[in-house]
Amino acid sequence: MAASTEAAIPLPPRQSGLVRFARSLALLRESPVGMVGAGIVLAWALAAIFAPLLAPFDPNATILPFQRPGAVDPTTGHTFWLGTDKIGRDILSRIIYGGRRVLIYGPIATAAAYVVGIAMGLAAGYFRGWWDAVLSRVSDIVLSFPIFVLYVIVISTYGASGLNIVLAIIFASAPGIMRIVRGLTLDLRNRDYVAAAQTRGEHPVYIMLVEILPNARGPLIVDACLRLGYVTITIGTLGFLGLGLPPPDPDWGGMVNENRALAPAFPHMIVYPCLAISSLVLGLNLLADGLREISIKD
Amino acid sequence: MTDDARTPVLEIENLCISYFTRAGEIPAVADFNLTVYEGESIGLVGESGCGKSTVAMAIMRYLGSNGGIVGGSIKFKGRDITHLSDEELRKMRGSEVAMIYQEPMAALNPSLTIGAQLMEVPLIHEGVSEQEAYERSRQMLADVKLPDPDRVMAAYPHQISGGQQQRVVIAMALLSKPALLLLDEPTTALDVTVEAGIIELIAEIAQKFGTAQLFISHNLGLVRETCDRICVMYSGEAVETGTIADVFTRMRHPYTRGLFGAIPLPSANKNDRPLVAIPGQLPLPHQRPEGCNFGPRCDYFREGVCAPQAVAMRDVSGAANPHQTRCARFEEIDWDAPLGTGQVNEPIEPGELVLVVDGMRKYYELHDRSVKAMLSGEGVKYVKANETLSFDARKAEVVAIVGESGCGKSTFAKVLMGLETATEGTITFNGDEIESTEVQQRPREQVASMQMVFQNPNDTLNPSMTVGGQISRVIRKFGVESDADKVHDRVMRLLDMVKLPRDFYHRRPRQLSGGQKQRVGVARAFAGNPAMVIADEPVSALDVSVQAAVTELLMEIQREHGTTLLFISHDLSVVRYLADRIVVMYLGQIMEQGTTEEVFSPPYHPYTEALLSAVPIADTTIDKRKIVLEGNLPSVVNPPVGCPFHTRCHRKIGKICETTRPPVLVDSDTHQIACHIPLEELQAVLPVFFAVDSDGTPTGGGAPAESTAGG
Amino acid sequence: MREANRAMLIFLAKRLGYLAFTMLVVSALVFLVLELDPGNVAQKVLGPYSNDEQRRLWMEANGYLDPVLLRYLRWLGDFLTGDFGMSTRFKVPVAEILLPRLGNTALLGLGVLLVMVPLALLLGVLAGMKEGSPQDRTISVFSIATTSIPEFASGVFLVGIFVLWLGWLPGVSNMIGGFDLAQMVLPVAALVMYGFGYITRMTRASMAEVMQTHYIRTAVLKGVPQRQVIMKHALRNALIAPFTVIMLQINWLLSGVIVIEYLFAYKGFGSLLLEAALNKDIFVIEACTMVAVLVAVGTQTIADIGYMYLNPRIRFS
Repeated sequence: MAASTEAAIPLPPRQSGLVRFARSLALLRESPVGMVGAGIVLAWALAAIFAPLLAPFDPNATILPFQRPGAVDPTTGHTFWLGTDKIGRDILSRIIYGGRRVLIYGPIATAAAYVVGIAMGLAAGYFRGWWDAVLSRVSDIVLSFPIFVLYVIVISTYGASGLNIVLAIIFASAPGIMRIVRGLTLDLRNRDYVAAAQTRGEHPVYIMLVEILPNARGPLIVDACLRLGYVTITIGTLGFLGLGLPPPDPDWGGMVNENRALAPAFPHMIVYPCLAISSLVLGLNLLADGLREISIKD
Repeated sequence: MTDDARTPVLEIENLCISYFTRAGEIPAVADFNLTVYEGESIGLVGESGCGKSTVAMAIMRYLGSNGGIVGGSIKFKGRDITHLSDEELRKMRGSEVAMIYQEPMAALNPSLTIGAQLMEVPLIHEGVSEQEAYERSRQMLADVKLPDPDRVMAAYPHQISGGQQQRVVIAMALLSKPALLLLDEPTTALDVTVEAGIIELIAEIAQKFGTAQLFISHNLGLVRETCDRICVMYSGEAVETGTIADVFTRMRHPYTRGLFGAIPLPSANKNDRPLVAIPGQLPLPHQRPEGCNFGPRCDYFREGVCAPQAVAMRDVSGAANPHQTRCARFEEIDWDAPLGTGQVNEPIEPGELVLVVDGMRKYYELHDRSVKAMLSGEGVKYVKANETLSFDARKAEVVAIVGESGCGKSTFAKVLMGLETATEGTITFNGDEIESTEVQQRPREQVASMQMVFQNPNDTLNPSMTVGGQISRVIRKFGVESDADKVHDRVMRLLDMVKLPRDFYHRRPRQLSGGQKQRVGVARAFAGNPAMVIADEPVSALDVSVQAAVTELLMEIQREHGTTLLFISHDLSVVRYLADRIVVMYLGQIMEQGTTEEVFSPPYHPYTEALLSAVPIADTTIDKRKIVLEGNLPSVVNPPVGCPFHTRCHRKIGKICETTRPPVLVDSDTHQIACHIPLEELQAVLPVFFAVDSDGTPTGGGAPAESTAGG
Repeated sequence: MREANRAMLIFLAKRLGYLAFTMLVVSALVFLVLELDPGNVAQKVLGPYSNDEQRRLWMEANGYLDPVLLRYLRWLGDFLTGDFGMSTRFKVPVAEILLPRLGNTALLGLGVLLVMVPLALLLGVLAGMKEGSPQDRTISVFSIATTSIPEFASGVFLVGIFVLWLGWLPGVSNMIGGFDLAQMVLPVAALVMYGFGYITRMTRASMAEVMQTHYIRTAVLKGVPQRQVIMKHALRNALIAPFTVIMLQINWLLSGVIVIEYLFAYKGFGSLLLEAALNKDIFVIEACTMVAVLVAVGTQTIADIGYMYLNPRIRFS
């Protein structure tokens, strides 16, 4: 039943921004799937932050090659819980540090792509006209590239550095974000509160940033989670193709690539990194699904 | 009128419906009883959330996955439908009980032709041949007066107008000759003059097919025009049922009486008979009070009598026809005592000219980018959104701009506010010409002194900012105050002015009800001490009792501040109540303007006449001549040449109407009509409204000689 | 109807014009990225051990000292006539190596679409029919889970299970002994696993939305049997959105094949592009990119036309 528009709504106590944020996170309890996702993401985030404490070995130290999971390092007595790779580095430590790397580059690239995409989308959706024509056309052209074809050319031409990967991700992701923001802006710009701001002579930048953007945050947060998952996949896949972050620092996709010739004999060398990346992306996707679910209920 | 010997079609007994959510069981409808006899029309009336649509859906047993009938029975022709199997239910739906919906566009499948959707009904329920189904559907389209049924059969829903879509939906419902028709706000989404045509059609159906009707509406006037009996619902319960005459003139429930006090009946007047809002708010379904649901809002509430025990429906003794009320004290209440405080406001003299609009035009360029249009040089078309508008408004005056969709009232507001610039003509505001200055270029004081109140309460406030933050922003922006404490202080005084608690400062819009949001919108508009406020349908999206409260608030503030109010509306009842002068627009042009008195009495522009006739009136002492316009509202992109109204005019005099723009006839200093018909002839037209006594016969000399005018 | 046909033709012409425009812009971008600096091209063609004199001679001989615009136009002309240049790695004309590779990838892509589309639509419709039901939740979580596994990881898992553990299928798909269906199974499965979830979720969302609409309510309340409500009233509207998504998946597939062909050593277009990129085989990169974008934009054009055809609201407006 449609709730009455004129029904008495109890007054909640005044809340600070932090309390409200905590409350909206608490809403996630409504979605068990979202809770699982948030748990996985949180676990990886903690592992990345406390990597030096958690990792039993230096991730780049070559200790003993071809150790199977559970083997013990005779010199230190530490266990290689997930075994070692072909040049003797501890796989568990590399996975933990690899997570750290992904969780630094992924969010930076995603956030930067969002800044660019939001700026483009707001301008196209709010001003429309030739702004929209030009920005939409540019996005269409970038989006017409199959994404990995784009990465392959850019990175093979300009080289695989962290900065180039971040730039390539911004270039490839911003148009998609622009489309979403543009769509939301086209909808929100017709709201009466935007008209109210216009009729009191507010500057367009104020209207876009204060009246429109905050009200588009729901779908954007969901999209950001999904996109972060996708960026994680991208970074991993580039590593797998040999176009990723430069060695020797650990990289999940790179670990699979380096050891895949030995897979028939030592499956642990590639299965665990695959599990690591899959679980992180799964966590992000489940979190996005949970957020979407509660945002619909709200 | 009611004859108990007739067989009942529908008997609802002690019906209880609940929705089941995470928060637990939420009762939507409780202890509901209703009997509908063959061929009878019953109106189910109430504000949003009262459960009227839930009752209709329960009759169809379509309550969604989380709703259920938890008690009582619904007997259709003696069979309890609460126990039907799915297959039995399917056979009943659409063949014996059919439904007509609020939004016809949404109710039709966009990717199937209308023919396919209509033919389905006889194909499924009667198993006739395709040929037979086509013939029947075609015939039914003709019966609901759709021109060119063959073309409509082949069309997709988006290819016909809203009024035609609703006729298609009605045809679909009637195809299987149902015994009961459920009409869920069937005209709410339509324009006034289109609504009148649909209402006439619905009334004809009742006579022609003898179908019993359950008419769900929030509009008492519509119910009066279409129904024999009425059932008023409040907060999930029926509170009063009876014949139209009984309930409209001898109401015996305080809520019903409150409703009538809150709607702008022709007898209401902003100065000596103001609207009286029902105090308080509708309780949420899970927060209903003990005893009488209306108790907390009722002046006659008495602990021990009205609560804590539940109040039952009781017969009103002495009534000739069944008349029941759920009021525990109806015998003790003095039903003739006047509502409200009886406060009388002195009429205010309008002051100097604030706004002068002279020959203002607003054309939009429409680019046709097809190759053909470019070759023929017809690449640019003009949409004449506003065509030579001329009128003025004085200090402390309420001027209403009235018209249906596409009449150009919103475009005019945009030009006025500086969101668009005029193509031609001038607009003078407080002595400054503003027609070609965009809002960003206007001086701050000028912007502050002309502000707007918007239509949609759910849209008017920024959902991510607190109420206080939004009003403070306006105060700072207009430079009324800049010191933080003073700004805060001013916000508080504005909240007081719109009668909201001061702690609303920290609330966000979603914690406010619709009426409260509109109040904040009013406070925001008045934050810069405006000389003129433009109110764009400020109450049309609100419930009846809330409408009254917001309207009265707006009138009170306007009166106190001597503000000029430009009130844009399609609702002539509200306009008659509050406007000093009225401007009637049609397809971008002014058809008639004058004082409220002048516009509501002859001479009329034929369009005004039709518009007045289309207004549903919930006053049984007043009747009106029926003028139903043919056809649809033409598109603004391609308006008729000559007089824009000639395609639908019931008084069209000939070729001249199609070729020449009508002259402006001057009836008085204040009253002008744009029409080719000579003024004397228009003056001879009878008034649309006339008084009748209780059984409907005209009193006095105003009997209508011409029941349908012209021809 | 003739009016509608003409509108359709104009629409078609516009889309094709747009396709040509996009290809032109893309070609300019590709040219700028890869050939703006002629010395760079010479180095890639002649290898890192060539000296400056050799490069200068090569540039002179091949017109690389001309202005950029002239070089671009000549390059474009060569492209349009099917002259893609010589592969530095394979020492044969690019076209000679590209075409068979494209054929192999088309075969792989066809296999993926044949399995993925019916599966995804079926699951999506089943989930969306009853939003929030156990069948919906199961399908949704399952499709989220498979979409979370990158292609290379799902490839690894599939190889682990079906090659190393069960030993049912070959782990390499190089087709050395001629075409072998068994070698197609794992590449197709890995791509389907990652790709079907997206279409499923789109179909589900579209179906769920349609089931909520008032016209479905109208159909139910006029007594249309449930089966017919789904088949006649819901599906037609619900499948409009997934159709576009499916066509856009071809764009994704062009990315996916790079990973999967590399992983399974499948001799297709994706592994060719990767090999060329890793070996700086500049003319092969150019040709592969242009072909990939042509396929992507071409399918988008087909998607747009199909969308217009499927949706009467657009077709007759």
